[in-house]
Amino acid sequence: MSLLHIAIVLPFIAAVFIPFLFKGFRNIHTGWFVLLVPLALFIYFIQYLPVTSGGQTVSKTFEWIPSLGINFNAHVDGLGLLFALLITGIGSLVVLYSIYYLAKEKEALHNFYVYLLMFMGAMLGVVLSDNLIVLYMFWEFTSISSFLLIGYWYDKERSRYGAQKSMLITVFGGLSMLGGIVLLYIMSGTFSIQELISMSGSLMQDPMFIPAMLLILLGAFTKSAQFPFHVWLPDAMEAPTPVSAYLHSATMVKAGIYLVARMSPVFAESGIWLWLVAGFGLFTLFWGSFNAVKQTDLKGILAFSTISQLGLIMSLLGLGAAALHFDQLDENIYMGATIAAVFHLINHATFKGSLFMVAGIVDHETGTRDIRNLGGLVNLMPITFTIALIGTFSMAGLPPFNGFLSKEMFLLATLEILEFNLFSMDTWGILFPVIAWIASVFTFIYSIMLLFKTFLGKLQLDKLPKKPHEAPIGMLISPIVLGALVIVFGFFPNLLSNSMIKPAVEAILPSLVDSGQEVYVNIYFWHGFTPELFMTIGIVLFGTLLYATLGKWQGIYNRIPEQFTINGVYDRGLEKGESGSFKLTEGIMTGYMRTYLLYIFGFFVAILLSTLVVRDAFSIDTSNLAEIRIYEVILAVVMIASAITILFAKSRLTSIIALGAVGYSVALFFVFFRAPDLALTQLVIETVSVALFLLCFYHLPEISRKEERMGFRFGNAVISILVGITITLIAISAYSNSSVFESISQYHIDNVYKLAAGGNMVNVILVDFRGFDTLFEICVLGVAALGIYAMVHFRGVRRQKG
Amino acid sequence: MEILMSIVVGVLFTSAVYLILSKSLLRVIIGTALLSHGAHLLLLTMSGLKTGDAPVLLDGVTSYTDPLPQALVLTAIVISFGVTAFFLVLAYRAYQELGTDNMEEMKGNESND
Repeated sequence: MSLLHIAIVLPFIAAVFIPFLFKGFRNIHTGWFVLLVPLALFIYFIQYLPVTSGGQTVSKTFEWIPSLGINFNAHVDGLGLLFALLITGIGSLVVLYSIYYLAKEKEALHNFYVYLLMFMGAMLGVVLSDNLIVLYMFWEFTSISSFLLIGYWYDKERSRYGAQKSMLITVFGGLSMLGGIVLLYIMSGTFSIQELISMSGSLMQDPMFIPAMLLILLGAFTKSAQFPFHVWLPDAMEAPTPVSAYLHSATMVKAGIYLVARMSPVFAESGIWLWLVAGFGLFTLFWGSFNAVKQTDLKGILAFSTISQLGLIMSLLGLGAAALHFDQLDENIYMGATIAAVFHLINHATFKGSLFMVAGIVDHETGTRDIRNLGGLVNLMPITFTIALIGTFSMAGLPPFNGFLSKEMFLLATLEILEFNLFSMDTWGILFPVIAWIASVFTFIYSIMLLFKTFLGKLQLDKLPKKPHEAPIGMLISPIVLGALVIVFGFFPNLLSNSMIKPAVEAILPSLVDSGQEVYVNIYFWHGFTPELFMTIGIVLFGTLLYATLGKWQGIYNRIPEQFTINGVYDRGLEKGESGSFKLTEGIMTGYMRTYLLYIFGFFVAILLSTLVVRDAFSIDTSNLAEIRIYEVILAVVMIASAITILFAKSRLTSIIALGAVGYSVALFFVFFRAPDLALTQLVIETVSVALFLLCFYHLPEISRKEERMGFRFGNAVISILVGITITLIAISAYSNSSVFESISQYHIDNVYKLAAGGNMVNVILVDFRGFDTLFEICVLGVAALGIYAMVHFRGVRRQKG
Repeated sequence: MEILMSIVVGVLFTSAVYLILSKSLLRVIIGTALLSHGAHLLLLTMSGLKTGDAPVLLDGVTSYTDPLPQALVLTAIVISFGVTAFFLVLAYRAYQELGTDNMEEMKGNESND
């Protein structure tokens, strides 16, 4: 186990000690201890930067289940490191923020930090694992810890609802992903991502390729809240704000993005991948931004904004797949999409993290997050306002912040795809820039709305539960750091380009780098009067116009009826699923034994008769039959008559006696068939059985002594006649084919005296050749006798209770 | 003869299944008893009938009936007797405790727990 492995599991190890620290040091906020973990990890991972920017990767092996090919192989490359730095860096800031956000007197901090550390470790495992099964394991760990964190205030009904919803959706996706992983393993024989990448060309030909891709994408889309699986994210906002900032903007929701980026080298050559990833991403971008304008809750706006921005990154990753179809790197315009995706990934983590923290501060200091009650906070909370301004302007894509740069690159990428002449991109591709532009207008509107409605306008002190004032400095540090990064990355984007973006892009498009060419990343602030600049100007103009007239057109949101929303479908689906399965169980499990017996006999008949028919197995062969004598015919008639009598007897006594008649005829048959021992036993046992039946009959309770004929039921009759026919047919067919092999009985006949010194073959077989059967048959009788004794003797448990 | 016996066994099974599907517990037990009779006869029939003398060693006899199925049937008779006896006493105790032998009334539900 190398240091790298220890780094990945360090949060898990630390989580073990958190409850002790919480109990042991009551006067120190537990968060201070926790803070050390992500800080140390961040510093540790920084050390890998020179390695990956030099184009190198680090792999460390730790054998877990080598016989199944499941090994905890850590693999650090540009993409993994970028995520690891995001996770630990923003993790440190979020822990710092949470120290001031959560009060140590009121909250169950030990739970909170244990879950948070679990999540951090799981996330590191996801991004640094090379083995797909290990990746899946950590993936589900993130789902579980996210579930725990969303339900942190478990006494609130909304929290529990949100936690359950996110759990159901993400675990559904996770399981699909496992299916995809298994399919990949069947195709390739390996769980290692690096090995899969090296054989991606041959995988394309496999018939399982498309199903595997769809299943993996399902996992990625559910985790990253892509349409229509985005519904869990807004409800996850019931979590404490540090959790929302960390999990639901910067890290966990990007796990799906990571997976798509990571699996791109395997799948991206296929046109389906390009269309699915880019198409779903783009629609999510539009849908998220369109719905964000409707929200009135600060975190609601941010949740839909996160959905929309994730869609943006996803569609860029999809568009970036176009680059694989052109070999020349220096003129490959489609690579810009991947660069933009990585750049926006970093940008989004910075500004969205700070905005969530701002929302948390506003909530903490005013007591509400409803923008209808907020307003005019600019003078009271100037620092918070500044951070919010930076964050929202960056989110809207305005200069000079980093969001502007990545938005420009995004628009450029959607324009360039028009020149791509594969997969009917040149005709339908026109939708990409159009939808992207509309979505950007909505992004502008909700960003401005978020800022203006919270901080400008009239202060409504009477509507606020608390008297607002500026937040304590400790709470402001993290958003200030993130806001500063927004500006730094905005002015000096090339700080990142060689150290982080280039290695990440190389990891997403390895086949292009293999030919010895270098990815050239240079992000300009100003590159002349290009089409995308005019698009941005259009966004600002049009967005301002729409924001000014918001009240006039907001009514369109109410046009969509509740039951047609995705949430409505989810809720009704869950309800219908529950009531449907309840009805199904109610319908099948009636509680009557007759029903179950009907199922059993019906199944018996259906299987056997259909097999007989399908395999054409019925045969009849009269060559081997014994002759029929008149006695036997008479006996058979008597037996059949008594059996039928039982069915039609009115009195139970008659049926018991008829049963006895059947038993004695069986004994007579045994006589005819040369089985003296059987005849003897049958006679005795039939006598005792009839006596027992009579005993039972005598003890019938008075009320139901009323004798009645058995009611006729058509279904019963059909089933029982079918059972009888099946048995007869199979018996005849089996007997007709029975002379294929000799019986082994000649051995018994020959050796009964020689080896066992007996003359009665049946008895010798019972006690000598096959004595074991007899031993356990004696046991059966013994157990039955003991059971009867117990039933008769031990009674009264029920009476003592009653 | 074997075909005749197969038909007899089929009739026994038909009556047995019809009885087992009925409401009265006593009839269900009668049904199981009929079913075991059918099964025993079927066992014996399937080995071939009347192929020789009774399987007791005698001088001068060369062909005997197959003794193995007889041993199997003997075991089966004893076991089914044990089970039937147990089942009957169970039914008797059920009458005593529940005051009914109607299977439909013995349906478990929440109030009985």
